[in-house]
Amino acid sequence: MVRNMVNNKGFKEHLVKSFTSDVRYDLRKKLMFRDIKVEFGCLSKAEGSCKVSLGDTVVVAGTKLAIEPPYPDRPDEGSFSVNTELLPLSSPEFETGPPGIDAIEIARVTDRCLREGKAVNFKKLLIEKGEKAWTVFIDIASINDDGNLLDASALATLGALLNTRFPKVDKNGLIDYKSKTKKKLPIENLPILVTVYKIGNNLFLDPVKSEEHFIDARLSVGVLEDGTICALQKGGDATITLEELDRMLDIAIKQSKELRKIFKGGLSG
Amino acid sequence: MAYTKRHDGRKFDETREITAKVGVIKNADGSAYFKIGNTEAYAAVYGPRHLYPSFLQNPSTGIIRCYYNMLPFSGMGERVRPGPSRRSKEISLVTEKAFMSVINLDNFPNTVVDVYIELTQTDAGSRCAGICAASMALADAGVPMRDLVVAVSVGRIGNKVLVDLDYEEESYEGLLVADMPIAVLPRTNEFALLQMDGQIDKKMIFDAIKLGRPAIERIYKIQKEALKAKFLNGEKHGK
Repeated sequence: MVRNMVNNKGFKEHLVKSFTSDVRYDLRKKLMFRDIKVEFGCLSKAEGSCKVSLGDTVVVAGTKLAIEPPYPDRPDEGSFSVNTELLPLSSPEFETGPPGIDAIEIARVTDRCLREGKAVNFKKLLIEKGEKAWTVFIDIASINDDGNLLDASALATLGALLNTRFPKVDKNGLIDYKSKTKKKLPIENLPILVTVYKIGNNLFLDPVKSEEHFIDARLSVGVLEDGTICALQKGGDATITLEELDRMLDIAIKQSKELRKIFKGGLSG
Repeated sequence: MAYTKRHDGRKFDETREITAKVGVIKNADGSAYFKIGNTEAYAAVYGPRHLYPSFLQNPSTGIIRCYYNMLPFSGMGERVRPGPSRRSKEISLVTEKAFMSVINLDNFPNTVVDVYIELTQTDAGSRCAGICAASMALADAGVPMRDLVVAVSVGRIGNKVLVDLDYEEESYEGLLVADMPIAVLPRTNEFALLQMDGQIDKKMIFDAIKLGRPAIERIYKIQKEALKAKFLNGEKHGK
């Protein structure tokens, strides 16, 4: 039903009106998230996994570990890489084939948030200087797209990293993927990504698909525990003003505190 | 150790040396060259022209497509593998979005404006240089725009905010670094592009943006002068 409204200007006007009166179609207020469900370790073959639902949006992230030579300019560090697949099974709008630009943006923004937020201590992934280090491959797959894949993907990624356990390595240095150890990844920070969306003059969080279709702009903000910002990405066709930027950052910092509670005890436990 | 001095002696709000030229590619409908320090971008605009395959056409407006590309020999380290990468695709996207809010192609339904940005050498700030060049090229092509777009990177090293970081500054070790490319419409002070890598708090974001303002005004002036220079007599053109 929503899909038929995509080019309907009247619908957008109506949407803006509903935002202005701060009552959304699902009765949420502008700055409310949908119900969040997080399932750690939902997959057994992956070294770590996490499934996140934001309302009807469902995303699953899994990690695989590999031993690879470090990058030549960082001989004493391991690394991670993030990839996103927007599966055709999750929306009529997605098609088969190599990742399109939307998938690439989600992967790169998630990557930026984790990397700049220093989520993983790369130095502790080193096995042998210049020769061997752990690489964490993080793959994010959309299961159902009902808006805000950005935030859902970042949450799922962080969950999967926290859930990851190293596999055993045998005498010859080969990985035995069948046996997991109890050793966790060296996670030192929990950067949380919050995307603030703009439609007309309204700023809001966590859109459903029918809202996301009509947004004018968005700003994804990576936030660390102390409120430090570790990633920014503006999207959408419209501009944002300095005053809006100010409000968007405040909203994101505030919401990140809520979302961080999901991983409570994640660093210690 | 506090950060007190930039390695090339620039002031904290000072950009590298800028050269801008308009009309550098004869075949194109509009073109420009923008060099800032050792980062050098060419931009060419083709269109509005017919858009094929026809299912891409929009009967209510023309569309814009941007292509950002680093040439294989343009990087500091190893050869850059030719063809689109995830990075270049993302930069193409944010560049496109930056111009989307500025241009108006309502009078050119079913057409496309293609913007090609090629980096011949890079020393950080390449997406900003590309946007500055593309903005002039679009104006040169006569595409209706409500303002020129000016882009520059601002950021922080340690407790200092600074403008137009080069590679050495962007990869500074030992202190917290943040690199924030911004693109602004100088007339209305709106942001058309905003990204950030690194760690920075909210107050410092606004300090950095404020510090970048004079640089934006200066680049804006350079862009306008370059555009005017094309239409003065040929001798003056370029230099």
